[in-house]
Amino acid sequence: MCTSIVEIARAEGSARSVKGWFGLTHSVVCYDHPQHALLDDAITIDFVNDQLEPGARAAVELTLESAKALSAALLKAIAAAEAEEAERAPAHRLKVIAGGARG
Amino acid sequence: MAYESMIAEMITIRGHNNDAISAYTARPMGPGPFPGVVLIHHLPGWGEHYREMTRKFAHHGYAAISHNLYERVGTGSADDVAAKARAQGGVADAQVVGDTEAAVQWLKVQPYLNGKVGVIGSCSGGRQTFYYACHTKSVDAAVELWGGRVVMDDVSEKQPVAPIEFTKSLSCPLLGIFGNEDRAPSPEQVDLHEAELKKHGKNYEFHRYDGAGHGFTYYHRPMYRVEQALDAWEKIFAFFKKHLAA
Repeated sequence: MCTSIVEIARAEGSARSVKGWFGLTHSVVCYDHPQHALLDDAITIDFVNDQLEPGARAAVELTLESAKALSAALLKAIAAAEAEEAERAPAHRLKVIAGGARG
Repeated sequence: MAYESMIAEMITIRGHNNDAISAYTARPMGPGPFPGVVLIHHLPGWGEHYREMTRKFAHHGYAAISHNLYERVGTGSADDVAAKARAQGGVADAQVVGDTEAAVQWLKVQPYLNGKVGVIGSCSGGRQTFYYACHTKSVDAAVELWGGRVVMDDVSEKQPVAPIEFTKSLSCPLLGIFGNEDRAPSPEQVDLHEAELKKHGKNYEFHRYDGAGHGFTYYHRPMYRVEQALDAWEKIFAFFKKHLAA
């Protein structure tokens, strides 16, 4: 199979390649030939920095079922995170923003 | 006949837009003359498998060259470079034609060449093989292995016209190898591809294997089908022997 299924999302954060941590610019999701997983086709996810060399990449190759489970887990975690953020007092959030605090 | 001694090396050629691109070459030892084969690598990259295929042709008496279509994407492991190329929407068809023509012309000036050159590619490289053979008069035979998206609706800036639209311009005999369980190209797409070749009276032969899908000669992947793969390789070498003999 030679698909053209490629979805690209902007990304902020960090990923770790064999050379160490790097800042992200994009997440790339495909359904196509995997390089390593013993599957005909796989959901591949690359976390990349497109301003750096091709090795600035953290990659996974998943079965469709694993990808669905990951997607569900992501949505669940995001919903919980948003609920957590909503509960925070506005004053606290303002203080964090004003202080430029991270983490 | 097997050619046991060979020389393999990495070279630089001038490709599309006169850009310097890398190419891996292998040929039997000795003065020749040898027929030439240009290998167009597949979407998973310009990596170990295409190095092995290049040496396989040398083992069978061909002067072979496999050029790096992803040179402009960057350097690094073949997997990483291929991933970056995929995220960029692949390579432009115009670049493929320029780079492949450069590989063909490099072969043509080698003193050991018999004057004949064929081209072969699999997966995206199968599509590009067909596309290139419709845009040149420099090759004597073409082998398309499961070329995905010869028939395509999703044109883009890099791939603005479906290759099937250029069938009328196919300039050499074509061998097509396909698995009937493939979905890209699907059997229906291969039917359309074949109908267009017939319509224009082209010299072609298609072999379509039951019990096989995409990439069934890739012996390092689960899609490998040994019986079909061995038969396909026999057909490939018979085809090139017929059309590339001096």
